[in-house]
Amino acid sequence: MNFDFSDDLKLLKDEARKFLDDKSSPEVVRRVLEGPDGYDKALWNEMAAMGWTGASIPEELGGAGMGALGLCVLAEEIGRSLAPVPFASTMYFAAEALMAGGSDAQKKAWLPKIAKGEFIGTFALAEGPGKATPKRVRTTFRNGVLNGEKLPVPDGTAANLAVVVAQTDRGIGLVLADLSHAGVKREHVETLDESRKQARLTFANVPGELLGAAGDGERLLALIEQRAAILMAFEQVGGAQRCLEMARDYALERYAFGRPIGSFQAIKHKLADVYVATELARSNAYYGAWALSKNAPQLALAAATARVSANEAFWLAAKENIQVHGGMGFTWAFDCHLYYRRAKVLAVANGSTRLWKERLVSELESANAPG
Amino acid sequence: MDFEDTKEEAEYRASARAFLTTNAKPRTGKGMLYRAAHATEDVLAEARDWQKKKHAAGFAGITWPKEWGGQGLSAINQVIYDQEEAQFSVPRGIYEIGLGMCIPTVCTWGTQAQRDRYAVTALKGEEVWCQLFSEPAGGSDLAALRTSAVRDGDDWVINGQKIWTSGAHYCQYGVIVTRSDFDAPKHKGLTYFFLDMRSPGVEIRGIKQISGASHFNEVFFNNVRIPDSQRLGKVGDGWKVSLTTLMNERFTIGGRAGVDVDEFLELARGIELEDGPALKNPTVRDKIADWYVASRGLKYSHFRTMTALSRGDTPGPESSIGKLVTGPKLQNMSAMALDVLEQGGVITDPEVAPMAALFHQTLMTSPSARIAGGSDEIMRNIIAERVLGLPADVRVDKDVPFNKVPTGKAK
Ligand SMILES: Cc1cc2nc3c(=O)[nH]c(=O)nc-3n(C[C@H](O)[C@H](O)[C@H](O)COP(=O)(O)OP(=O)(O)OC[C@H]3O[C@@H](n4cnc5c(N)ncnc54)[C@H](O)[C@@H]3O)c2cc1C
Ligand SMILES: Cc1cc2nc3c(=O)[nH]c(=O)nc-3n(C[C@H](O)[C@H](O)[C@H](O)COP(=O)(O)OP(=O)(O)OC[C@H]3O[C@@H](n4cnc5c(N)ncnc54)[C@H](O)[C@@H]3O)c2cc1C
Repeated sequence: MNFDFSDDLKLLKDEARKFLDDKSSPEVVRRVLEGPDGYDKALWNEMAAMGWTGASIPEELGGAGMGALGLCVLAEEIGRSLAPVPFASTMYFAAEALMAGGSDAQKKAWLPKIAKGEFIGTFALAEGPGKATPKRVRTTFRNGVLNGEKLPVPDGTAANLAVVVAQTDRGIGLVLADLSHAGVKREHVETLDESRKQARLTFANVPGELLGAAGDGERLLALIEQRAAILMAFEQVGGAQRCLEMARDYALERYAFGRPIGSFQAIKHKLADVYVATELARSNAYYGAWALSKNAPQLALAAATARVSANEAFWLAAKENIQVHGGMGFTWAFDCHLYYRRAKVLAVANGSTRLWKERLVSELESANAPG
Repeated sequence: MDFEDTKEEAEYRASARAFLTTNAKPRTGKGMLYRAAHATEDVLAEARDWQKKKHAAGFAGITWPKEWGGQGLSAINQVIYDQEEAQFSVPRGIYEIGLGMCIPTVCTWGTQAQRDRYAVTALKGEEVWCQLFSEPAGGSDLAALRTSAVRDGDDWVINGQKIWTSGAHYCQYGVIVTRSDFDAPKHKGLTYFFLDMRSPGVEIRGIKQISGASHFNEVFFNNVRIPDSQRLGKVGDGWKVSLTTLMNERFTIGGRAGVDVDEFLELARGIELEDGPALKNPTVRDKIADWYVASRGLKYSHFRTMTALSRGDTPGPESSIGKLVTGPKLQNMSAMALDVLEQGGVITDPEVAPMAALFHQTLMTSPSARIAGGSDEIMRNIIAERVLGLPADVRVDKDVPFNKVPTGKAK
C-alpha cells in the first residue's frame, strides 16, 4: 500500500507553500479583489517560470512532465493561498481538454504556450443562470465559426484561449477558440469573488477548431468535468485546511468570559467537525488523484466523491471560520470572507453539490447493477 | 501512488485468505442479521472453536511480541488480516476486549510468569477476559470511579460496583481499576488489578439493552479478595496503567462496522415509493451520496493510515476520525431505511422482511456506537485538544482530594 504522494512531490508541495506564503499573501489577493486587474501578473509569471503552468504537460510539449499528481499538490497549495491567478481555468480545464481531446497538431500549437505561461486558457460552458446542459447550450459552432454568448467565463477577461462548449451538427462539441480574434467581445461581469475575475464572452463568427471527433463532445465534456473536479478538490481541501487553521489560531488568542474561546466546547466541537470533514475530503481527493493518474475506470465515481466531499468541507470550514471570528469575521478587513467567497465560487464552478451527488448515485447504480 | 501490497504483504494476504477460505463462510447481508441476542453456550462454543483455529494457524496475536506468545509481526499484518477477515462471517466478538485491551495490559505491566500463564491461554480462546472500568459514577469521566480497594495482608479487599461490563457473564478473568486512596486527587488514588471472575463476592447481573439483547452487565464486589501479586503497576498508579488498556484499543481499520451503502442500495432497489423505486427518489439519492462520501472518505483515510504503517511510521491523526463518522452514519442510515419502508418499516421479523430486520437491528444497536469506547462528545474533545491543540476543558476537580469533588446524581 502506497496511498501517498512521492517524496519528490511532497518536496514540491513544501516549496510551493513557502513560495505562495511569500508571493500570494492576503495582501496580494486583496489587490486583485479590490483592483481592476483580472489576476496578479507578477505571481503568474513567477509560477510559469517555476514550471507550474506546465506541471501536467508532457516534456515533449514543453511541460514539466510531473503528471496529474504534480498538479494535485500544486492545486492544494494554490487553494490554501487563494492565489489570484488563472491557474484552474488554464490547467484544470483548458490544458486538460487539450490533452484529453486535442489532435497532435492542436496539442503542439497550444500546450507549449500554456506551459511557458504565455497563454492563459479558460473553459466556456455556462450561458447565464441555470445549468447549461448539452441540450440547452445555445452557442453554435457551424461552418467552422462560433456564434453566441458565454456567461460567466472564469478568467474570461484575461484568457487568450477558450475551450467553448457549443452546438454542432452532431450534438455538442468542444471548440478551441483564439480569443484575440476581432469577433470576440469580452466584458467583465461582477461576481462573488473578484480575486479571480470573470467575464461575458460574445462570439460573432469566431473561427474555431473542434476538439476530438465530431459527436464526441458529450463524452469529452464529462471527462473534463471529472478531471477538473478532482484537481479542484485539492484546491478546496487546501482552502478548508487554511480556514481550520485560521479559526484554531483565533480561538486560541481570543478571550471571552475570562477564557480563550477555544476552550468552549461549542467552539472545540465545531472545529473537530471541520477537521473530520476536511480529512474525509482530503482522503477522497487522494483517491481521485489516484484515479486521475491511472486513468482508472473508477474515474467518474472517484470524481463525484471527491467533488461532493470537497464542496462540503470547504463550505463548512469557510462559514465556521467566520463564525469563530465573531463580529471580526464579518469585517472586510479580516480574511475570512476571502475564503468564504472562494468556497462558494468553487462549489459552483464545475457543477454544484446537488448535481454531483446525482452523478455519484447514478454511477453507483450502474456499478452495483444486479447480476 | 498505488494500492499494491509489497511482495511480503501480498504473501501474507494470500496466506490469510487461504486460511479463511478453508475455514470460514463468506460474509453475506443475511449473515449479518441478528447475531445471537444472547451469548448462548452454542454461540460461545462456536467463538472458542474459531479462536482456537486462528491461533493454530498463526493468526492470533499477530502484532504481539514473541515473549507474549504472539507472532511478532507489524501492525500492517494485522490490518491485512482484518481486511480479509471482514469478508467472512466469523464469530470473533467475544475476544476483542480481552485480546485487544486486557491481555496487553497484563503483559505490559505483569511479570514474565504472568504472561506465560495468561497470554497464550487467552490467545487460544480458552479464557475470556472483560474490562471492569466504567461505574455508575464514572463513564466518560473514568477517573471518577469509587469502587474501593483496601489492603489486608497479602490481599486487597474490593467493594463497590462496576457497570456496562461487556461479557462479564461468560468471562473467566477481568481487569479492574479501583480507588485505593480517597484523600488523593482523583487521578492519583487509583490502583489496577486483574482478578478471577469466579472469586467469592463477585456478583454479576445482566442488563437488558434497548435492542433486547444482554451483552453487558452490572458487576458487584462484596469483600472480594484479590492477591497483591495480581496488582498491575504501583499502588496509586492505576490511571497510568488504565491508559495502557485504553490505548490498546485494537486497530479496527481493516474491518467494516455493520451495514453500509451496499445494504442500503439493496434495500432501496427493492422498495416502491409513490414515484417509483426508492432508489430513484431524489431525497433518498441525496442521502446515499452523503453516506457514500463519508464511507469512502473513511476507507481512503484508512489507506493513508495503512501506508504509514506499511512504512513503519506512526499513523497521523486522521486515524482518529472513524468512530465519529461511523456511529452517526449507521444511525441515520437505519432511520432513513425505516422511512423508506413507510408503514412496513415497523416490521422486525426477519422472515417477513429481511432487509427491514437488518436495519432495525442497526437502529437499535447504533446508539451504542456513539457512546461505548468514548462518546461522540469525548471524541470531539480529543480531536480538538490533541489534534488541533485547543485548550483542555476547564476542570473543577483537579488537584482536589477525591472525597471533596462535587458529584451529581450517581444512581
Ligand atoms: C452586523 C453586526 C452588527 C452589530 N451591531 C452592533 C451594535 O449596533 N452595537 C453593539 O454594541 N454591537 C454590535 N455588534 C456586535 C455583536 O453584538 C458582537 O459581534 C457579538 O456579540 C459577538 O461578539 P464578538 O464579535 O466579540 O465575538 P466573540 O465574543 O469574540 O465570539 C467569537 C466566537 O466565540 C464564540 N463564543 C464566545 N463566547 C462563547 C461561550 N461562552 N460559549 C461558546 N462560544 C462562545 C462566539 O459564539 C463566536 O463564535 C454587531 C455585530 C455585527 C456582526
Ligand atoms: C454497548 C456498550 C458496551 C460497553 N462495554 C464496556 C465494558 O466492557 N467495560 C467498561 O468498562 N465499560 C463499557 N461500556 C461503558 C462505556 O465506556 C461508557 O458508557 C462510556 O464511556 C460513556 O460513559 P457513561 O455511559 O457513564 O456516560 P456519561 O459519561 O455519563 O455521559 C453521558 C453524556 O454526557 C456526555 N459527556 C460526558 N462527559 C462530557 C464532557 N467532558 N464533555 C461533553 N460531554 C460529555 C457524554 O458524551 C454523553 O453524551 C460500554 C458501553 C456500551 C454502550
